[in-house]
This record gives sequence, C-alpha cells and structure tokens, in this order.
Amino acid sequence: MREKLVIGLAVAAGLLLAYNLYHIFLVLPDEALQGAIYRIIFFHVPAAITGMTGYFVALLLSVAYLSFGNLRYDSLAASVVEVSVVFSMVNIVTGSIWARIIWGIWWTWDYRLTSALVCVLIFSGYLMLRRAIDEPTQRARLSAALCVFGCIDVVIVWKSIEWFRTQHPGPVLSIRTGGGHIDPAMERLLYLNFVAILMIAVALVLIRTRQEATAREIDSLRRMANAV
Amino acid sequence: MPRAIELEQLWKFYGDYAALRDLTLHIAEGSCCALLGRNGAGKTTLLRILAGLSPYQRGVVRVFGLSPRSEKARRQVGFLGHGIGVYEDLSAGENLNFFARIAGLPAPRAVAAAWLERVGLARVASMPVRQFSRGMRQRLALARTFLHSPNILLLDEPFTALDDRAIAMLSELLTEARARGATLVLSTHQIREALAIASHVALIENGRLRYTGERTAEMLDDPALLYRLHTELGAA
Amino acid sequence: MRSLAQAFSVAKKDLAIELRTKESLNAAGAFAVVILLLFSFAFDPDANATRELGGGLLWLVFAFAGALVFNRSFARELPNECLDTLLSSAISGASLLLGKALANLALLIAVELVSIVVFGIFYNVRWWLRPFELAAVCVLATWGIAIVGAVFGALTVNLRLRELMLPVIIYPLLIPLLIAAIEITNALFSNQPLSAYELLWGRVLAVFDIVFTVLAMALAETILVN
Repeated sequence: MREKLVIGLAVAAGLLLAYNLYHIFLVLPDEALQGAIYRIIFFHVPAAITGMTGYFVALLLSVAYLSFGNLRYDSLAASVVEVSVVFSMVNIVTGSIWARIIWGIWWTWDYRLTSALVCVLIFSGYLMLRRAIDEPTQRARLSAALCVFGCIDVVIVWKSIEWFRTQHPGPVLSIRTGGGHIDPAMERLLYLNFVAILMIAVALVLIRTRQEATAREIDSLRRMANAV
Repeated sequence: MPRAIELEQLWKFYGDYAALRDLTLHIAEGSCCALLGRNGAGKTTLLRILAGLSPYQRGVVRVFGLSPRSEKARRQVGFLGHGIGVYEDLSAGENLNFFARIAGLPAPRAVAAAWLERVGLARVASMPVRQFSRGMRQRLALARTFLHSPNILLLDEPFTALDDRAIAMLSELLTEARARGATLVLSTHQIREALAIASHVALIENGRLRYTGERTAEMLDDPALLYRLHTELGAA
Repeated sequence: MRSLAQAFSVAKKDLAIELRTKESLNAAGAFAVVILLLFSFAFDPDANATRELGGGLLWLVFAFAGALVFNRSFARELPNECLDTLLSSAISGASLLLGKALANLALLIAVELVSIVVFGIFYNVRWWLRPFELAAVCVLATWGIAIVGAVFGALTVNLRLRELMLPVIIYPLLIPLLIAAIEITNALFSNQPLSAYELLWGRVLAVFDIVFTVLAMALAETILVN
C-alpha cells in the first residue's frame, strides 16, 4: 500500500512538474525588468516554503516522539529534516544564482538568505548528531531534544537577522501584498509548482522513512545476533 | 511484607531490540535479592533502570511506590556501579562532603568525617583521590554509597575487583544495612558470596526472567544448579 | 529552595575542581589572547575600524574560548562514572544542568575579564567608559552561552567526536544572542547613548535567555537520562 502511495505521488508530481516546466519555459513571456532569470522564482520560493514548513513539521513530530515514545515519529522527523535541508539548500543555491545574474554578486548578506543559511546549519547539526549516535532509542531522544531547541531558535534567528539587515526584494505573492506585484498567470504557476515540489518532498520523505525503518530492523537483528 | 521494588511487565528497547522482555518481579522490603545471569543477560540494564539512570518503554517500575526518577525515591537509593563514582581532583573529604550535601543530609561535614573514619581514610581526608591506591578508592566508593543510609542498595557486581579488606568492609556494611531493614539488590558473577547473603534469587537470561524464588541451601551448595535447571544454554 | 541549593553545590564543586587544575581557564585564556593577537595581523585596524569591529571581535573571542570551557563541563563527570552517581542521587536533572551552567558562567566571565583587559591594551579601546551597562550585557549574553553550552555539553557527553560536535551544534543556535551582544557592545565602546535599536537587542538577549533557560529546565531529564 505504502509503495503504491509513493509511486502514485511521484508519478503525479512528475506529471505536474512536466506541465509546469512546459509553461514556465515555453508559454510565459520574460519578465519586464529581470529578463529570463526570473523563472528561477518558481523553484526558489516553493523550495523555501517547503524547507521552512518541514522544520516545523519536524518539531511537531519530535514533540510527538518525546510524548509517546513511538520510534516511527522519530524516523519521520529525521526524514522530514533531511528533505527540508535539501530543499533549503535548493532555495539558497537558486537565490545565489539569481543574485549573481541580477546584482552581479554570488552572495549577499541580506536577511532571508542569511537566515536560510543559519537554518541549514542548525539542521545539518541535527543530521550530524544522528550519525554520531548508534543506539536508536538514544538517537531518537537526543535528536528530538535538539530539534525542539533548533526550531524554537529558528524563530528567534529569523526575526533577529531581519532586524539586523534587509536587502531582499519585498514579498511578491498576492496573499501578502494584496495584489499588483506579480502577473496573475505567473502567480498561478508559482502555486502550481509549489504543489509539485511539495509532492516531491512528501514522496522523498516517505522513501526515507522506509529506509529508517529498515535500518532499525537491521540494527535490532544485529543486537539479537550479538546477544547469543 | 510490603514491596520495596515492583516491576510489572517491564520492557526495555534499544531501537526495536528488546533488551528486557516482559519482566515481572517483586522484591520485598528487607530482603536481599541476587540477580544472576550471564553477561549480556540484562542484569546491569535492570539495575540502571531501578537507579533511575535508564528510561524504559513499557511496563511499570516502582521503588517504594514511586517512579525511580522521582527525587524521593532516589534519596533512598544507594547505587554502586562499575566505576567508583568519586572525583579524582577533589580530596576524600571534599568528595563525601559534596555527596552528603547533594543527598540533603542535615550535617554533611559531620557525616562525611564519620564515614571517613569508618572506612579507615580519616588520616588521608585531605589527600586528592588521584593519589589514592586502588584499595583506598574502593573504600571511598563504599563510603560514598552508604553515607546517606539508603533503604535500597543497588549493587552491580560489587565483589568484582575488590581486595580482601574492601570485601570484608562491604560484607560488614551489607549485614548492617540488612539489620536496619534495608533492601538489597545485587547482580553478580561471584555467585558464592552473593548467594551467601541473599535471601532471594532472580535468574535472567536474554532479557527474560527465568526463575525467581527464595535462596535455598541447595543453591548454596551447587551454585550452577539454577543455570542447569532454568536456562536453555544450561540445559544443553 | 533545595533544588537551587543543590545547583549551587554542583557549581561550587565544579569551580573547586577547575581552580585546582585550571585546565579550562588556562586553555581558554590563552586561546583568547592568541585570537586577539591574530586578529591584529588579519585586520590591522585603525581607530575607526576598531570601533566598528571591536564588539564583534570580542564576542567571537568569547564564543570560541567558551567552547573550551563547556566542552569540559560534562566531560569531567565521565571518569569513574561520576555522572551516573550524580544522576542516581537525589538531585534533579534540571538542578544539575543549572549548576553546570552557573559554573560555566563564572568561568566564562573570568575569561572575559582577562580578554577585555588585553583587548583594551592591544586595540587602544577605552572599554571602561560604561562599566555597568557593559557588565549587564556581558552577564546576560554570557548566561545565554552558558546555558546552551551546558545543555549541549550534556547532550553530547557520551558521543564520540564530542569536541567536534559541540561547536558545530552550538554556534548556529547562538547567532541571535551574539548579534545582540555585538550591537550593544559596539555602541558602548563608542560611548554612544543607547538608542531604541540597542534596546531592541537588549530585549532579544532577555528573550533568548528566558526561552533557552526554560527549555533547558524542561528537557533536562530527557537529555540526561537516555
């Protein structure tokens, strides 16, 4: 059943992505001010939102693990963090490429890029911690604790760095600006691609969670073998 | 007789591997229970759970009716693991003073001094533990374990690596503890010494409780009896 | 309160051991002085540059030297299984963590005092102009570092590669606190009155301290008993 869900999700995501890519590259015109490179926004923004949402989903899962002790929550949390870190890095790299084309510099210390980088560092620390612990229950407990600290810190980090610097373009989605900053056709495609990317993310999480469950099974078999 | 320690269907997991399975054991107040079992059977794991050092995933564990992690429970517990549990850079007196204060004893310095006297370390009270001989460290460890007159003593292979003087001292302290009604749980390989003072035995194999009951004279005569009767490997 | 008394006992015990061996103090102090020296080659700052960079330099020095201090914090409980002994005794996880953080605070402040004096000499900065405000910032920000250091010192105590993991985990988390401390310190060194901007950072410091201390107390048992 699980297999079918993953495959179904992946196929649906693939189809939607194909549709979106067709529209992004062949149907929509170049943007007035930025030229062709603006198309990167269709990946940059959804990746950012997927990443950030993932961190908070991981927070809920970590709290669930600490409350109920079911290792499946831990496997899910780890998978979600891993996929979120990847999408955050997509966000940073696409942002960097865009900045190079538009502003001529590979990196700028503006608040959103910097905060995204800090989040990647915090959760890379989470992934590194997991690799350093062999015993599954201890690993689950300690990484859940780190996830709680990390997620709450993310909130403080974002506001702090925002107050410290601002150079990023303002919001473009009409839900935030009340309309007018972006062409409706482009905005529609942005939301569509967000759905596609979210589906890919979920499929990846499911695959990764299955890997974690298998790893746990192998670990317990190994312990059983050693105990005899 | 009231129960000092109650375990009901205790399960402890490392990931998906069950290190302790469905353990149900009751240890009456004032008794002395010898935990027997081979290496890796789960004796140390069980003791650590009772001492509040390890979490468990399923079942109920009660020490004097309280959770092992509760402060009230731990105030009544004395734990002696494999390490001596004292700080190398502090003196013997400072070590005992510190642990006495943590235990919430009313006159920590006096208690510390009395115990140093008791274990024969009074004249080296201000020497850092780093300079102690092995025997001196063992005796300091005993002082640290017993100084708050615990009502439950959890001892993990206490007779291992003790010299004669320390073994004699430990036996004396255990006898005294039993006389004042304390409950003892000790895991052991040195079956003879443990069976001599034990009133009950519990045999653990592969995380399961294979046998529990009173310690009989037969067991004292033939320490391997239990293993032969109750374990799969022993029967082979 | 008993828990507080126990926390102070733990802190006193740690400080007693540290004052006897002086391992962390010497290492952290020496490290701080070396970094301050190296920065003079890296930046060769003039008076203006020092005013702009001074706060940042100092707080980076404190953060890096701090790692040496809180690395030892729980590690010194490992020999002879002292950590097990403490956890099985009548002290709660939260009190133990609090005591460790208090000891970290004291040691870090000692290192900071030495660093500020050396910094003042090397870079010709008159840091004594606003002593009370500077002390307040130092204590508030150092508490944040101390409690985070204690929590993650406890979390990583039994792991291999502890010394590598600890800085990697802690520094990203400390970024808001470091920004706040740096901004306020820069204003103090330039002897400017504290505007709304600096007071905002003061609030960030306070929020960080409160949030992380509460989290630390709440998760102490989870982290220590595993």
